[in-house]
Amino acid sequence: MKIKVFSYNTLDTPIHHMSGLSKFICFLLLTFTVMFSYDIRVILCMLVFSLWVLRLSQIRFSQIRLMVIYVAVFLLTNFVISYLFAPEQGPEIYGAKHIITVLWGRYTITWEQLLYQGTKTMKYASVVPLGIIFMLTTNPSEFAAALAGVGLSYKVAYAVALTLRYFPDVQRDYNDISMAQQARGLDMSKKASLGSRFKNALLIIIPLIFSTLDRVESISNAMDLRGWGKNKKRTWYARRRFSRQDVAGIVISVLFFAAGILVSVFINHSRFFNPFQ
Amino acid sequence: MENKKLFHVSTKTIVATALGAAVFTLLFMFVKVPSPIPETSFQTAYGIAGFFGALFGPIAGGLIAFIGHAISDGVQYGSPWWSWVIASGISGFGFGLAYKYLKVEEGVFGWKDVLTFNIIQIIVNVIAWVVVAPVLDIVVYAEPVNLVFAQGAIAAVMNAVSVAVIGTLLLLAYSKTRTKAGSLSKEDEAKS
Repeated sequence: MKIKVFSYNTLDTPIHHMSGLSKFICFLLLTFTVMFSYDIRVILCMLVFSLWVLRLSQIRFSQIRLMVIYVAVFLLTNFVISYLFAPEQGPEIYGAKHIITVLWGRYTITWEQLLYQGTKTMKYASVVPLGIIFMLTTNPSEFAAALAGVGLSYKVAYAVALTLRYFPDVQRDYNDISMAQQARGLDMSKKASLGSRFKNALLIIIPLIFSTLDRVESISNAMDLRGWGKNKKRTWYARRRFSRQDVAGIVISVLFFAAGILVSVFINHSRFFNPFQ
Repeated sequence: MENKKLFHVSTKTIVATALGAAVFTLLFMFVKVPSPIPETSFQTAYGIAGFFGALFGPIAGGLIAFIGHAISDGVQYGSPWWSWVIASGISGFGFGLAYKYLKVEEGVFGWKDVLTFNIIQIIVNVIAWVVVAPVLDIVVYAEPVNLVFAQGAIAAVMNAVSVAVIGTLLLLAYSKTRTKAGSLSKEDEAKS
């Protein structure tokens, strides 16, 4: 289980030149647009745009292969079980029923259901590139500055930064403890029964938590000694100045956001795009 | 002993939040048992959120579950699934409410405390997973009602079991390592 949380590398692309703060603002605006809208045309536009930005930021497929597999499996299971649980959800939302064929009993295939499930799948899929772009092109040190920049308390932002900083350490602790316990004869393989695997997991978690609590003690003492948290505000070493790219990115995102809302209000008169009435 | 303030944030709270979230992320990604219902699994990580919540309060508990869930979603799926991340945060916050009634730091965690902790966590899990998560899924993604409530009910049961077993055992183990207040007594002066 070797996994790097953020496989960030510095590249010379317009996306990498944007500051973490403006990328975060763009991410929030675009994600909100996708979550709000239920119009497949808006969502497809967003998907195409985010895939274009993904290309622009020169992210290689090898970096995101695992995520793509996870998302694909998720989308597929979601597609199948939402049909099994509610084959009539589409007709219910759009208030019409155009049957293509009848499978068996209440399981019919309708245009409405296809549109509903297609839209939902695209909706889930189109936030994925946005998140990937934000995470893989932002220097983790800039993360905290970005969070504090959108008005979050700097203490919370600092907690996120510390999480990213200490994740590899905790992971190493976990591996060490797991090895030590296995050396003492703990069976962690798939051969052990479910109950004993659960018990064995606990035998690793307990020492892990105790070493973590020791670490909390020493880190918080070190921070207290340096006067952390004395003032209401703090500055960030990793914060960058706004550049042309930042302004462009935010303007584009605001336009998408506004367009998404306006389409819902003036064209569809609801969050849903309904071609059936 | 000072009076316990539920929402007091000290340096230690922040550091505990950060490391707790790191452990949560790790367990959330690697130490889970898949359940027969799709898209849900038995997460040992919620036991950690319950433990840290009871020890450091609702702010720590809420942030641990929120940050941990958001990061592990980001790493695995590319983007956080906000509806479930928010529900996670709410459940962690709720576990932290037990902080006010417990004295684990002072080495006290008897059967009555076990009961208090578990009653609070069960109520919170039901609110987070049977109310908040499904409602957000319906509002944002128009997911089928019966599907999300079925998933929510399973998640509530499994997370409650996770907190009940792992959270309680960790709290018991931790309270044993703490010295009770007044456990030392002055030696008889006549003896010395």
